[in-house]
Amino acid sequence: MQTYYSDLLVIGAGLAGERVAVESAQKGFDVICLSIVPARRSHSSAAQGGMQAALGNCAKGEGDNCDIHFGDTVRGSDWGCDQEVARLFADNAPIEMRRLAHWGVPWNRVVPGKSFYFKGGEKFEKVEKEENEGLITARSFGGTAKWRTCYTSDGTGHAVMCTMDNRCAELGINVFDRKEAISLIHDGDTCMGAVVRCLRTGELEVYLSKATAICTGGFGRIYKATTNAVICDGGGHIIAHETGVVPIGNPESIQFHPTGIVPTDILVTEGCRGDGGTLLDVNEERFMNIYEPEKAELASRDVVSRWMTHHMRQGKGVKSAYGEHLWLDIRHLGDKHISTKLREVDEICHHFLGIDPRKQLIPVRPTQHYTMAGIRTNKDGAVYGLKGLFSAGEAACWDMHGFNRLGGNSLAETVVAGGIIGGKIVEFLEGYETRFKTSVVSEAVKKQQERIDNLISGRNGTENVYAVRAELQEALMKGCFVFRNGPDLEECVETLKGVLEKSRKVGLVSSGAGANFELGSALKLEGQVRLGLCIATGALNRTESRGSHNREDFPARNDRDWLNRTLAYWPEGADEPDLKYEETTPYFELPPGDRGYGGGSIIEADKTEIEAKTIKR
Amino acid sequence: MSRNLEFEIFRYNPQEKDSVPHMQKFILDETVNMTLFIALNRLREEQDPGLIFDFCCRAGICGACAMVVNGRPRLACQTKTKDLPDKITLLPLPVFKLIGDLSVDTGVWFREMYQSTESWIHTKKVFDPKAQEERMDNDVAEQIYELERCIECGCCVSACGTARMRDDFLGAAALNRIARFVVDPRDQRSDKDYFEIIGNDEGIFGCMGLLACEDVCPKNLPLQNQLGFLRRKMGITAIKEIFGK
Repeated sequence: MQTYYSDLLVIGAGLAGERVAVESAQKGFDVICLSIVPARRSHSSAAQGGMQAALGNCAKGEGDNCDIHFGDTVRGSDWGCDQEVARLFADNAPIEMRRLAHWGVPWNRVVPGKSFYFKGGEKFEKVEKEENEGLITARSFGGTAKWRTCYTSDGTGHAVMCTMDNRCAELGINVFDRKEAISLIHDGDTCMGAVVRCLRTGELEVYLSKATAICTGGFGRIYKATTNAVICDGGGHIIAHETGVVPIGNPESIQFHPTGIVPTDILVTEGCRGDGGTLLDVNEERFMNIYEPEKAELASRDVVSRWMTHHMRQGKGVKSAYGEHLWLDIRHLGDKHISTKLREVDEICHHFLGIDPRKQLIPVRPTQHYTMAGIRTNKDGAVYGLKGLFSAGEAACWDMHGFNRLGGNSLAETVVAGGIIGGKIVEFLEGYETRFKTSVVSEAVKKQQERIDNLISGRNGTENVYAVRAELQEALMKGCFVFRNGPDLEECVETLKGVLEKSRKVGLVSSGAGANFELGSALKLEGQVRLGLCIATGALNRTESRGSHNREDFPARNDRDWLNRTLAYWPEGADEPDLKYEETTPYFELPPGDRGYGGGSIIEADKTEIEAKTIKR
Repeated sequence: MSRNLEFEIFRYNPQEKDSVPHMQKFILDETVNMTLFIALNRLREEQDPGLIFDFCCRAGICGACAMVVNGRPRLACQTKTKDLPDKITLLPLPVFKLIGDLSVDTGVWFREMYQSTESWIHTKKVFDPKAQEERMDNDVAEQIYELERCIECGCCVSACGTARMRDDFLGAAALNRIARFVVDPRDQRSDKDYFEIIGNDEGIFGCMGLLACEDVCPKNLPLQNQLGFLRRKMGITAIKEIFGK
């Protein structure tokens, strides 16, 4: 058995993971990063749009500052976020963007003079100031008061990922690819590392570390229609959750993106709408301006997704072999804009739809996109329940997104949170010594080897991995999508309980040898069903509508009873999650109020309680 | 529509005792808008769960799924079956180490490339968190990004005559990487520094100019221009070296 030792083990080498790693390595700590794929293939690299930071350099971002960014983030979260965390994020974002520029990110820059932009299909003029020439510029994104999203064409994630991975290479950080952590090594109090399956040879390896950070992104792949890469399957969440002592925060909080293309669910960036693209219905008429006269296509994602679903329910959807969809129109943006600023979109249309977005409409529909749900941490990124375990990025519920994340805040979160939490890990490591109990290590490895042997031999049963996974995905699409209600959620929970049983009786068809994918899928299947059950149970319990969580039978946002965060534990051997609740935020800098878009009524919280928790800065 | 596609797929799992390299035939009914991503996943889920291949983003952004499709290296995710004949032959990329069936180890190859090209900004400047960012011309930023679009799929390397013949050839991806830093004003390396890395047969002078790299690049990177640009630059650097400027 190969055993590796490091001060810090980072599971996941996307932007959050590598940023955390860089922070520790810079302070001289020994760091190992594990990744299922070569680091630059991480899903971070697929983010096209950009990163929000209140630099205020461009004309339409003039007067922007961290307070306004903070406010937008809290409003965007529908007051579901931790305001202390949102503040940390907004204040640090500008520094982090500049640091990235120093490390090599080719941010787009301010070009002085007159230029045009589109909003809601109309053309407007803006003038960039001479004195700002060459500073980092920004574009418009949904739900923000100012143009604040820093970008490099439409390959922001890719460009930043390249720079971050270069930085790791420069610092000599060991980034091991094709390694998948399949279980944490812990004694119920302290995390000591992970048991890892090598995806080249299939062999098990042990990684021992003083601190471990889970930065494995979201788990969209438990839904059938998702914009996520195939690696976003919840692996990191599952190994933390199955310890029994780590909760998933706000599992019911899942974001749906308005513009996944039909049928492959590949995302076309919000930048399309930010740059002036419009949504059209079956009659090729705009409709978002009817529902949201102020923000129209630029309302937050949960709002746009809901109105799209609503509009299709009104019979205005376009019928197709893959179900109903709507159209995204960017034809009026012109050849030059599409070829440069929206090139990835152009390529996606060409390669996956065979259409030219200069002349044709793009078929789109809401699709699972982001998991605000995640491994619950405190504001330092320390995971509830296990000492020495941290989490950052989409994998974590840190929690700056609450019940809805604004576009451009996730990619920014990866590096901003990575920097902050990386710093906290350094503080943790300084002067920290630990002991690794060999009995705990060998027990953990033995357990995983047994699981693998049972799956290969079919000792537990002969249920098919892919068939069971499909049942999970379909149940969630049916019961836990854009709109939710009591009866459907109850049915979903019941179905998933049956699927959970089946997932425990899976047996492989293939040999399971080497880089076998069926074995990898089987190893995380039960954990995925558990995550599904957490979503459905959490959603069934939460009898209100907040951000992305929308209950048709409880349309109001209920601050009186539900201004809290769900914590879904899974006690060992249990068949359902154990739900607990905690306050969303230690204090209010911005007391709960109207978001300014999305409509809906609010059941107000007790005024004196809110006032008592409100602080002035 | 509704063709029956015949797939000939390379099979070999080095971790399986009895496995020997061979071609295996699969039949699959074609569906609307089918890509090789859809086809291969269906083959694995419906016919052979042991089939090994790589996909990640499945949207042409990450470069994981490069393979040789009917003789040509390309991304499987953005290959539509309707653009292919009834018979489709799939082979793993050459040059890279085989992991199993259609999966190859690009990760280690590229990691070594970062080290040999020292793929990071070389600067003596220290970051000041309190200062405004250093200014950059937007055209320069766009020029850098243009070269940074490489997704490290490995198509260019596997299509390269020199890379097929010698293991130590850096390949178009590495030369493009160097070009990215050459145009970046933040990188303080001199032409002489770059010459140390690529001014030899493993680098820019090993290229035979066959230019298959540019032909197969799924991101349409201007690899040909970069090769020419660097070769001229390095040629001049070499002459300066000889004649002491």
